[in-house]
Amino acid sequence: MIPDLTVRVGAALLYIILAPLVGGLVVGIDRKVTARMQGRVGPPVLQPFYDVLKLFEKENLVVATAQNYYVLSYLVFMAVAGALFFSGGDMLLVIFAFTLSHIFLVLGAYNSFSPYSHIGAERELIQIIAYEPMIILTAVGMYMVTKTFYVGEIATSTIPIIMYLPGIFIGYLIVLTIKLRKSPFDLSTSHHAHQEIVKGVTTDFTGPNLAIIEISHWYEYVFLLGVVYLFFAFNPFIAIAAIIVAYFVEILIDNTTSRVKWQLTLRTAWIIAGTLCLVNLGVLYYLQGVLTL
Amino acid sequence: MTYLTKSPWIVHYDCSSCNGCDIEVLAALTPVYDVERFGIINTGNPKHADIFLVTGSVNEQNKPVLKNIYEQIPEPKVVVAIGICATSGGIFRECYNVQGGIDKVIPVDVYVPGCAARPESIIDGVVTALGILAKKRQAMQEGGSTTPAKAGEGR
Repeated sequence: MIPDLTVRVGAALLYIILAPLVGGLVVGIDRKVTARMQGRVGPPVLQPFYDVLKLFEKENLVVATAQNYYVLSYLVFMAVAGALFFSGGDMLLVIFAFTLSHIFLVLGAYNSFSPYSHIGAERELIQIIAYEPMIILTAVGMYMVTKTFYVGEIATSTIPIIMYLPGIFIGYLIVLTIKLRKSPFDLSTSHHAHQEIVKGVTTDFTGPNLAIIEISHWYEYVFLLGVVYLFFAFNPFIAIAAIIVAYFVEILIDNTTSRVKWQLTLRTAWIIAGTLCLVNLGVLYYLQGVLTL
Repeated sequence: MTYLTKSPWIVHYDCSSCNGCDIEVLAALTPVYDVERFGIINTGNPKHADIFLVTGSVNEQNKPVLKNIYEQIPEPKVVVAIGICATSGGIFRECYNVQGGIDKVIPVDVYVPGCAARPESIIDGVVTALGILAKKRQAMQEGGSTTPAKAGEGR
């Protein structure tokens, strides 16, 4: 069932207000855990907030004025995608808005004249090519199990989705590494002190623009972890535990692997994750009569 | 209240240094000193940086590069000259191709002498630079000009 309008609007507003706080905190804990894994003390947990507040104090050096609008569009569409998701909207529309927001980031990077920024933009496009099919297949898999694309209905369904979609879940975790910009797939830009070719897609964004990109990432983090929740939606406690475990595994992978070439990223995302997803969907289709979904 | 002092990001440029000071700069990022405790990140991108660390003396070849990187850093910004070569040209001072310390080309806020400068003194220099950064931010808010700071203000 789809919740009524006030609940949905409330959930969307709650997401828009709380997601940056939660996302920033997640990044702060991430940095702390990463530092501990490397035998360091690490920055304070609130460091991401200090970083963003500092960036707003800096001068905004802009190469082309259009950059400002592209960056703003990135933030707005990311927030819209997440708000649609948390208000129980159509999963396909969420994915559409999510992809569109990344296209704006790529356009913003292409808008400068720096070759480093262009390389970053190209790599961001390659990453979009790599993860996009998996995200759509995740939605398709959830449709096959719950017979609906509406997040509200998937989240309230009592079916243990993870039991039917283990392959898709692993495939989603693989693309989650790409989406969280973690090693070995942090091609276009990277978090923490890692360096890309200069700074990849964010090379030519300074001060407030970089802060907006950072806030968009926080929105994105909360949305992506929300998708992990859906797999375990039959039991909220297991779901939250699953999010924590999944994120910890991502940090572990980040710290134990080195960056790979873009070709390998594409192959991993399409051949390994893609095969897992398709086999999972095939088996599900074949057993449809037996499972009585 | 400024958040600049809580999250100073660094860009490091090697101006014909012997690499001694560069190794010490990078040593500050290792687990032993771990400057990320103070939110310090080595960005490698001047457009994201607040503090410009320069090692080595300046010559005709890298003079435009040094100037270019300096100009790409958004305001407010501070420059820290690390090692005696960046401070005054050091033992290379008399060379036909060496111009001298980096303050011949860009305004320097803090000098960290030493050959090579110890990581402790580099961190101390950066902390001194943070105070100057906060002052520059205040001057920016009051609408004043932030550059150039008086040479030799730090030490």
